[in-house]
Amino acid sequence: MNEASQTQPAIEFSHVSYRANSSDGILHDLSLEIRRGETLVLLGRSGSGKTTTLKLINHLLKPEAGEIRVDGRPISEWDIIRLRRMIGYVIQEVGLFPHFTIERNIGLVPQIENWPADRIRARVQELVRLVGLDQQLASRYPRELSGGQRQRVGVARALAADPPILLMDEPFGALDPLTRAELQREFLELQKRLQKTVVFVTHDLREALLLGTRIGLMEAGRLVTIQTREEFLTSTEPLVVAYRDAFSTGPDTSQPRGRS
Amino acid sequence: MNVWQFMLQNRAEVIELTLEHVWLVGISTLLAALVGIPLGILITRRPSLNKPILGSANVIQTIPSLALFGFLLPAPWIGARADRLAILALTLYALLPLIRNTYAGIKGVDPAVVEAGRGMGLTDRQLLFQVELPLALGVIIAGIRVATVLLIGLTTIAAAIGAGGLGEYIFRGLAMVNNAVILAGAIPAAALALLADAGFGWLERRLSPR
Repeated sequence: MNEASQTQPAIEFSHVSYRANSSDGILHDLSLEIRRGETLVLLGRSGSGKTTTLKLINHLLKPEAGEIRVDGRPISEWDIIRLRRMIGYVIQEVGLFPHFTIERNIGLVPQIENWPADRIRARVQELVRLVGLDQQLASRYPRELSGGQRQRVGVARALAADPPILLMDEPFGALDPLTRAELQREFLELQKRLQKTVVFVTHDLREALLLGTRIGLMEAGRLVTIQTREEFLTSTEPLVVAYRDAFSTGPDTSQPRGRS
Repeated sequence: MNVWQFMLQNRAEVIELTLEHVWLVGISTLLAALVGIPLGILITRRPSLNKPILGSANVIQTIPSLALFGFLLPAPWIGARADRLAILALTLYALLPLIRNTYAGIKGVDPAVVEAGRGMGLTDRQLLFQVELPLALGVIIAGIRVATVLLIGLTTIAAAIGAGGLGEYIFRGLAMVNNAVILAGAIPAAALALLADAGFGWLERRLSPR
């Protein structure tokens, strides 16, 4: 990678719009730069456009207007299949292939990329260890795993071909609080080592503050503000204040910051 | 003479007609699968074709079978031989369950699985052959099962145009007003239907994704 591509944003939105299509949210004139190696959390309520933004990056949705660039190149110039294979994608429902073993689920992208079998096997073993799963689970089927284990497999599968970009759509949203906290901690550890460019969608302020290097707050299809974690905690932006208030009713209010 | 005595005395002919029956059903189901499964896949990709294709298959199904055999009689090449004609008509009848089940099977795949597959960069073909078809297989086999059982019954009518099969006995028995002869056709046909139903049912359970 040369000098120029290092300083260039990993993903860039300029004046992107998307009109509502069935269940997908709308998006108005979104401009946004996602830096290399950062974890940008998109925070907002359901239908605010976070998931739409994510799906525009891997071209599961096509923008109505504006341009999205990945690695400086407009998406329209990318071979979409190539683009998707360099972007890991993790969703809340996980979407593991029920008829494949865990091993085949994780190794599918390397397999269709024609890696030699022994390299795939080694990579799968490495990933199973990386996401904290027992090696013995590799020969099992998804239905035999718990929700937390399945989402670990989802993360491992997304990382299989070592993509520089990772899109995560409420990946821990369906998990019980303890498992969620566990996976969040492990995600932080993993991200410290891997330094991927991560776009992470959530509606949970606590999760956003814990995981994000920057937080983009979305509302009704617009990006209201984008701030670092520290800025977010002191911001006077009304919607940010509203979010902080909504989450500060519980007993463990400003905890996320204190944890280090 | 009761039916069992009749069948025992004519066992060579019973076996021949049964094999003929199986052949007519088998080849028609195979042809229907070769046409119906791709059509079912097609309408999952081109929703605009959904109505015309499923609609046509539906209409064909409503034509009384005896009438359909009659309609096809003047057709060139096809009409020249009774078995060709029977195979064409039977194939048309078997299309609906095959198209419908292929479509339903693929549409029934968990959307999250499809989205994950697409998002990780599977091509349309890889998604179809590695994910959608394997996961839809149980439902597609169920369609073949329905089609086969349906055709085993319908094929008895093909004897009316001289295509052979167990219907020969049924029509002969009707003409002779002889129940034993009718049953000599009906009992093996019913046995075939039960056998096919059980066999495909087993296959369906085996091949359904866990």
